[in-house]
Amino acid sequence: MRILIENGTVVDPKQSLEDTRNVYIDGKKIIAVLPPSELSNAPFLRDSADHVYDAQGQIICPGLVDIHVHFREPGQEYKETIESGCKAAEFGGFTDVCCMPNTTPVNDQPEITQSIIQKAQSFKGTRVHPVAAISPGSKGQGLTEMGLLLKAGACAFSDDGQPVSNPQLMRRAMEYARSFDALIVSHCEDLKLAEGVMNEGTISTRMGLAGIPNAAESVMVMRDIALCELTGAHLHIAHVSTAQSVEAIRIAKDKGLPVTAETAPHYFTLTDAAVLEYDTHAKMNPPLRTETDRAAIRQALAEGVIDAIATDHAPHSDLEKIVPFDQAANGIIGLETSLALGLRLVHENVLTLSQLIERMSINPAKIMKMPEKGIASGYPADLTIFDLSVKHTLSAQLLASKSRNTPFDGWTFRGKVMQTIVDGRLCL
Amino acid sequence: MDHFHQKHILDMASLSKQEIDYIINTAITLKDISNRPIKKVPTLRGKSIVHFFHEPSTRTRTSFEIAAKRMSADTFSISASTSSMTKGETLLDTVNTLQAMNPDIIVMRHSASGAPHFVSRKLLNASVINAGDGMHAHPTQCLLDMMTVREALGKIKDLKLSIIGDIFHSRVARSNIIGFTKMGAKVTVAAPCTMIPNGVDKLGAQVAKSLEDAVSNADIIMALRIQKERQSNFFFPSEREYASFYGLSYERLKSMNKNAYIMHPGPINRGVELSSDVADCPESLIMKQVTNGVAIRMALLYLLMGGTRNAHSN
Repeated sequence: MRILIENGTVVDPKQSLEDTRNVYIDGKKIIAVLPPSELSNAPFLRDSADHVYDAQGQIICPGLVDIHVHFREPGQEYKETIESGCKAAEFGGFTDVCCMPNTTPVNDQPEITQSIIQKAQSFKGTRVHPVAAISPGSKGQGLTEMGLLLKAGACAFSDDGQPVSNPQLMRRAMEYARSFDALIVSHCEDLKLAEGVMNEGTISTRMGLAGIPNAAESVMVMRDIALCELTGAHLHIAHVSTAQSVEAIRIAKDKGLPVTAETAPHYFTLTDAAVLEYDTHAKMNPPLRTETDRAAIRQALAEGVIDAIATDHAPHSDLEKIVPFDQAANGIIGLETSLALGLRLVHENVLTLSQLIERMSINPAKIMKMPEKGIASGYPADLTIFDLSVKHTLSAQLLASKSRNTPFDGWTFRGKVMQTIVDGRLCL
Repeated sequence: MDHFHQKHILDMASLSKQEIDYIINTAITLKDISNRPIKKVPTLRGKSIVHFFHEPSTRTRTSFEIAAKRMSADTFSISASTSSMTKGETLLDTVNTLQAMNPDIIVMRHSASGAPHFVSRKLLNASVINAGDGMHAHPTQCLLDMMTVREALGKIKDLKLSIIGDIFHSRVARSNIIGFTKMGAKVTVAAPCTMIPNGVDKLGAQVAKSLEDAVSNADIIMALRIQKERQSNFFFPSEREYASFYGLSYERLKSMNKNAYIMHPGPINRGVELSSDVADCPESLIMKQVTNGVAIRMALLYLLMGGTRNAHSN
């Protein structure tokens, strides 16, 4: 199939390109990217295209990549399936997502990894890259068969949802992963310090809710950085939420250690004040922190100390969320709000548009060693097209995800995904 | 103020100064009923009040029962051990079930902070009175404490209240810090640092440097119960250690402050936070607190059902 996307503004951080271009796609590849004036060099005529997309006034960027999502299949399909999760990803502009292994059963076997990949492929949309568990059942008792899991298609290893509490196991996991040049994604949480339900501070005290101090995260970030230095393995820190974690990562990077990090849109958008009124849609782990932390996260994103934005998309049904705050499950969905929340950073001059696309596409693809993302001849036809400024109000009821657990219901955003193209196929 | 407009009594933060005064004044009017030979007025006849206690309680529950009965309301009790919640029913289902039976007021105690707020949002008609939720709030206790202080000292404004003990786990402390501060009192807290929650100063309380610092200048000293089970989570080493640094004996009290009144929300651990000679001393307001608890609860039931303060002066 030949697709012509005309008159859009192509933003490709790698080439420092931010200009009007026509993009020519043939099959699964981009075959030319030309200024609209250079019609003479066009690989095919407008009339011979199977589809012409008028991107006048819209942005075309390399396909967005979300390296931290929870699709609940297998095991909790009433919250999300691979199919509904992929649909949500397409509406969010994501061409690739990495799903965490805390399904039921846990993705700790090559067969489970394969079945997730095959199922996702059958929907011919957003690609799903499974992250396999570090330890069988994520129980922290031993190592999974990392080599076989990698062969089956796993893109990284994590016990996400659970920390690897045993430091010796974490050391071995990092060393063992290094023999395959594989990535360890760490959910940094000291379970004993984290015996609470929201951020520890004035608001938890006022509300009488048990608090989780910042140190519950940063002690483990610091431990894992020390183990990274010891083992030389590539370490990726998931869902960074505190100023202290940012500081530790900054020091590690200054030392030249192979450490990368992600944060989620809610950590640069909300603070623990969102929990007032006991709103369970503001309950997640790590918890929403204070304004100081939010500011540190934003600065770290701008400076590149935090490499990537990842949603930690965590679908839960009303059964887990319409309950007293103490009993509510952790997490919110994020795939369909991530770009809109990221664009707020652009509108507020925290990031340039090019920096945002780096944090949401180029960098996450690099962390997961996916094929390079870019808009030039010869690159895969994986593109996201969005409008930078159209206003729209989010209605949770209309989301593609099976779950509705978002604190952003009713928010008005500037910017909206218009089309997601995966392997030369229009998804929306 | 000529009318009371709150639908629910959930916490002290959501009551205004005027409303607090109005409730206390109403309670003072109603207190007399408990001293009559026939301790019953027909005011709430035909009203149904559900006492929904998801956590053990003796004094609060009894106090609410007595208050409702003195106002002639019909009362029904559900407790955690007898309710279908032990069969796995969710709070939302329990609430919907109660709702369908159309009670006028639900008096609720729950171990989860915010549970009464959750219930109040799901109810269409009934009022909710929070009888204690988790570590969050215990507004009726705060109101009865304020009434007791006002009776003893004639005012609340500019008084110095010192709360000694496990502030961290105490909903009474939280409600009293917010309530007394709102009424113009100065609240100081004292405890080992493990029992002082992060950010308590932002709620309006001063953190004392020592027990003496908290006690010596206070008009009222409120001791809180130390719960032995907290020891297992490393909040304090032993009751002996606690008593020797933060326990109040009469002698110690008098050496620091000659005039202060003593309060305690009960139940008391005699010999830990208070020695017996303090609990029973002439300066102790502890039994008055209990008596006033009935009056405050009568006032709240009455006001939530649309009563006005003066309508009851017959």
